[in-house]
Amino acid sequence: MAAAQKVPVLVVVQLTGGNDYLNTVIPYNNTLYQDNRKAVGIPESQILAIDNEYGLPQYMAPMKKIWDEGKLAIMHGVGYLDSPRSHFRSMDIWHTCEADKVGTEGWLGRVVREFDPKKENVVTAVSFGPCLFRALAVPGVPVACVAGALENYGFLPNIQEPTQRQQVLDRFSRMYQPIEGSGVMDYLGTTGLDSLRGADILKVAPSLYKASVQYPNTSIASKLRGIAQVHLAGLGTRVFYCDHGSFDSHAGQNPLHAKLWTDVTEGLDAFMTDLRQHDAADNVIVLMFSEFGRRVRDNGSGTDHGAAGATFVFGDKVKGGHYGEYPSLAAERLVQGDLNPNMDFRGIYSTILDKWLKVNPVPIVNGSYEQQAFLN
Amino acid sequence: MANQDDIALMAHLMRRAGFGASRDELEARAAKGYEATVEELLDPESQPPVDPYELLRYQPAALLPGGQPPMGNVNYMYYLVGTKRPLQEKMALFWHHVLATGNSKVDNYDQLLEQIELFRNDGMGNYRDLLLKIAKNPTMIFWLDNNQNHGTAVNENWGRELLELFSLGAGNYTETDVREASRAFTGWTFETKIPRLPYGRFPWKFEYRPEDHDDGVKEFLGHRGHLNGEDIIDIIVQQPACARFICRHLYNFFVADEPQVPAWSLEQPRDPPAIDAMAKAFRDSNFEIRPVLRLLFNSDFFKNARYKHLKSPAEVVVGTLRLVGGYELPKPGYGELSMQPSYMGQDLLNPPSVEGWHTGSEWINSGSLMARINFVADRIGDQSLPGVRAIIGRLKAKGNLAPDQLVSECLDLLGPIDVRPDTRKELTDQAKQWGQLSWDSEPNAQTAAQRATQMMQLIVATREYQFA
Repeated sequence: MAAAQKVPVLVVVQLTGGNDYLNTVIPYNNTLYQDNRKAVGIPESQILAIDNEYGLPQYMAPMKKIWDEGKLAIMHGVGYLDSPRSHFRSMDIWHTCEADKVGTEGWLGRVVREFDPKKENVVTAVSFGPCLFRALAVPGVPVACVAGALENYGFLPNIQEPTQRQQVLDRFSRMYQPIEGSGVMDYLGTTGLDSLRGADILKVAPSLYKASVQYPNTSIASKLRGIAQVHLAGLGTRVFYCDHGSFDSHAGQNPLHAKLWTDVTEGLDAFMTDLRQHDAADNVIVLMFSEFGRRVRDNGSGTDHGAAGATFVFGDKVKGGHYGEYPSLAAERLVQGDLNPNMDFRGIYSTILDKWLKVNPVPIVNGSYEQQAFLN
Repeated sequence: MANQDDIALMAHLMRRAGFGASRDELEARAAKGYEATVEELLDPESQPPVDPYELLRYQPAALLPGGQPPMGNVNYMYYLVGTKRPLQEKMALFWHHVLATGNSKVDNYDQLLEQIELFRNDGMGNYRDLLLKIAKNPTMIFWLDNNQNHGTAVNENWGRELLELFSLGAGNYTETDVREASRAFTGWTFETKIPRLPYGRFPWKFEYRPEDHDDGVKEFLGHRGHLNGEDIIDIIVQQPACARFICRHLYNFFVADEPQVPAWSLEQPRDPPAIDAMAKAFRDSNFEIRPVLRLLFNSDFFKNARYKHLKSPAEVVVGTLRLVGGYELPKPGYGELSMQPSYMGQDLLNPPSVEGWHTGSEWINSGSLMARINFVADRIGDQSLPGVRAIIGRLKAKGNLAPDQLVSECLDLLGPIDVRPDTRKELTDQAKQWGQLSWDSEPNAQTAAQRATQMMQLIVATREYQFA
């Protein structure tokens, strides 16, 4: 099994909507935190201190466990210059590493092309989400996109009776055969057959999988379970991608933030335990990011779009600890009321590309950025 | 009763000038006549508008959705699915492609929806007037930074895109023209935006600030004087390149796929005489869009272009929902439905850039192809939907169906679609596996209905079905 060969694998968890940095890694001794967070501040009694300065909210308890094991790297003040504070533009920048223009290639799509230029393995990257994330999109690079349950992945999922289904998919395959010189029809054929092959390969994963862990019944947990299934099936997948949200907590923040993070961290806890029980954890790291943080001062029940955020990287091979500096909360140091980013996200990507996936980061993130020391 | 050719031609017209139509509607329209239908489509006021109060009743948050998806998308999808003025809605979508602004920067769906409403009202009218309105549209001003375009410090974003993407196309002006056009639009801005919190929402309003306008002499495309923005637009529309550029856009959108816009200065149109004819109608009518559309829809180049256009995600989703029926009211679940085009690569109200969406084969990747096929197949396989029941009813009325009949009838009712012989052979072989379908007993009728929907699912999964 390929998983036994321990090829390094990256799992990305995208926290869509702008996660509130201040309530995720809480500077609980800083009076400016209490001053600015009259409505949505988390009381000290509900904070799990990770050291004398910072704590995680109780509802992120599984992350505290990873921290205590020394396997959680917290990157502080992450962002980039002139943060646009728009969900879509920000997410685009994270996906394409192009801050000044609209990029056409996703950074992980470029990684897939680097790993598999001849398209020999159409499941080199597998995405669990409603659509092909821009981070994975590069024209002509196949990526398997699982929109629902992995068990139902493929074309025409609601034709279920096995004989019918096989007949119909065989026909699909024959109807999509290449037509030389036909341009668009040929391109459609290749794309259709790539997707069909991906589905064919992935469908074995659930049947090979023996569950040893009970995953919670949440959408993020079922995505992570799908990732575990594919990873454990040893199909040569190097990049996994999934998302959860929306973290866009303009109003009613506290219950929302608690629910979202409970779901994410409990799901991740089950996922990591599952991989460990199958001896398949030490070649996996998880990158967890959000497109921006949120405004320092709350708006009475929530928080508006901000700039700098926290990014997490964790896994058995990750050197835990704080990286970078928590941006100052002092009013004169804020930019339009927001924490000023002091770590470029492309430096985190570069570290992972260079030290973990072993590919040259420069052409992938469009330049050289300072790396962080969370990987050997 | 209309013959097959009339139905096929009417289906083509309705796929392109609208979002498809049920067979009942096609028959009624074919009986009325092709040219009469074109005239009706060109006169949207003859049909009732979409009822916004129904939207308010079911999805109150979609009326003024602020910056939040999917409520902006719900609003737009409700109009697209429910409209009885299909060409008006299609033209609004056309201008949304060409004069593209997006929520990624605007961060305010209220403003984007207001712009779509402008395209609905003026999209078939005079292009010169539309260009002037969009130059004064606060959403566009903000999107292209014209509020940062000052008499003392020129910002060329709007001036450049006006020439490159909205009117002439690259290669038909100089850098000096960009500069001079930008100078002419200094002082064209909007009133101070009132912050959304804590006051609620206020619409943005155009404002002309004479003190911020550079009133000096400008030279633009051979004209010299104290030109203001309106003068620039009057000069632009007189350029022969303008008519050709706008008509090529219309051709790409309604007739057949052209290369992506940045290639237009390098590659000839696929049908130069068609562009010439449209451009002449445009100029002869003093830049009215309606006469160009009339010429286009009545032309042989249009009638002969069946299935030469790869459907956009909006066409896939809206066309399917209108075909299967049952989605006229914006009921719960509409939010997820309205995000479907995004999942296929077309986030409505949020194009990837000012260039709009890349069209044709660029709609297709491994994720989007599966998303579009599965979306359509899920709906066409759902026998609880009225449009699906209507198709099955028509099949049933044909009596017993031999395998090749089942294939022919399904291809007919879903289009009519012409498929390649290889495709047809696969469909027929599948039907042969099932044998003859009959409706003579309840169990047989159930089996027949199930087989028919499976055949339709296989058809919507074909390559041919991805085209309109």
